Amino acid sequence: MTHSADPTAQTSTGSPHPPHLYPPYTSSVKRAPHELLMPLPDALRDHGGPVFGRGLLRSDDFDTTRNARVNGEPLGERITVRGRLLDSSGRPIRGALIETWQANAAGRYVHQHDRHDAPLDPNFTGTARMLTDDRGEYDLVSIRPGPYPWGNHPNAWRPAHIHFSVFGTNFSERLVSQMYFPGDPLLAHDPIYQGIPDEKGRARLVSAFDLSLTQPGWALGYRFDIVLGGSAATPFEEPDHDD
Amino acid sequence: MTTERPVLLPETSNIPADAFGPSPSQTVGPYFHQGLIHGFQGHQSAVGHVTVDPFSAEAGGVPGERIRLTGQVFDGDGVVIPDALIEVWQADAFGQYVHGPDAVFTGFARTHTRTPEARYEVHTIKPGAVSGGAPKLWLWVGMRGLLTHLYTAVYFSDEDNRTDPLLAAVPEARRSTLIARRQELPAGVTYAFDLRMQGEGETVFFTP
Repeated sequence: MTHSADPTAQTSTGSPHPPHLYPPYTSSVKRAPHELLMPLPDALRDHGGPVFGRGLLRSDDFDTTRNARVNGEPLGERITVRGRLLDSSGRPIRGALIETWQANAAGRYVHQHDRHDAPLDPNFTGTARMLTDDRGEYDLVSIRPGPYPWGNHPNAWRPAHIHFSVFGTNFSERLVSQMYFPGDPLLAHDPIYQGIPDEKGRARLVSAFDLSLTQPGWALGYRFDIVLGGSAATPFEEPDHDD
Repeated sequence: MTTERPVLLPETSNIPADAFGPSPSQTVGPYFHQGLIHGFQGHQSAVGHVTVDPFSAEAGGVPGERIRLTGQVFDGDGVVIPDALIEVWQADAFGQYVHGPDAVFTGFARTHTRTPEARYEVHTIKPGAVSGGAPKLWLWVGMRGLLTHLYTAVYFSDEDNRTDPLLAAVPEARRSTLIARRQELPAGVTYAFDLRMQGEGETVFFTP
């Protein structure tokens, strides 16, 4: 497979987000726009975004170890993931919908198009939905997903990850991202993760193991904060630190 | 969810203060429909709490013209893309963006192209004009192969779009990529809107 990367192609220089054309990620080559992208009008930030009520959620939606049981518990390492959803100024975003989906402990998705030769778990679909509380916090209970092979390049493996879909306070903040696990040796080899242009940005998608978030005798705990909004044109206020 | 748990402190965040900034986007991947279950998968209506079809009696009280928006998504080789996730955000028939979980018309819809013919379809209400612009709706687009989502705007072929400031800022030769074509079909009013990700006739995309 050859890459015919267009040197005039749009890149996301200065953006926290990965460029659309990133040839190591083979699927991007025919799907990335070649033309310059236009900035979203500021007006869109004034039009708000979809609001989801509690009526949308069932009581066990946040817990993939319970919400798809058929005849027992799903297999794998139980984990809790807690985090804060923040705006670009670091303020909590309340009442926001977070949706997650992931592979099971063996690295297999419940999806008709996933042909990875690993077992399905009859008691696990790996999907969850939560609304952030009045502190902007969410609480996910799940099974640690396994890495899985994919066809991007010879012997390609995705690092273990949980897909996160997040709605902010306005539609320009809409984000879909992925949470990774600390110390995963596959991150260095993953073009989806390595497509993020800067090291600090990459580090933000790695959760932190946190002993205080564990549920003793039951589940390991991870911390995963998500920051929405902000673009190349938005200066972030950073505390002074010596470089 | 209660808040009796200990507060999550900034100093224990996975994002240290000296690295504070936006969480980068990652692709929705090929399996996003798995995460969109329980009334959200194929959530193709911008009316109703979860999935009220605007053509249905339940939505009878919502004013505005019932329309379908439908199309396909093509890659740089002109090959149809069967795994695009598309979301709609729009004003109601009066040009008001709706806020609140109890509104019958939510302004939000979600669809995808993992369908026969890889065609997306949204049932909605034709939006009214907002403050001087022409009527439009916003599309958010994600798919396998896109590490970062894209936005585009959809205008309507039967409207006077000449005064719209956003459309005026688009190079003239490319404006037609943002205009959905009205068709009076037996099923009702349908607007056809294809997306071309790359190359000839490439759709104009916006980025935040």
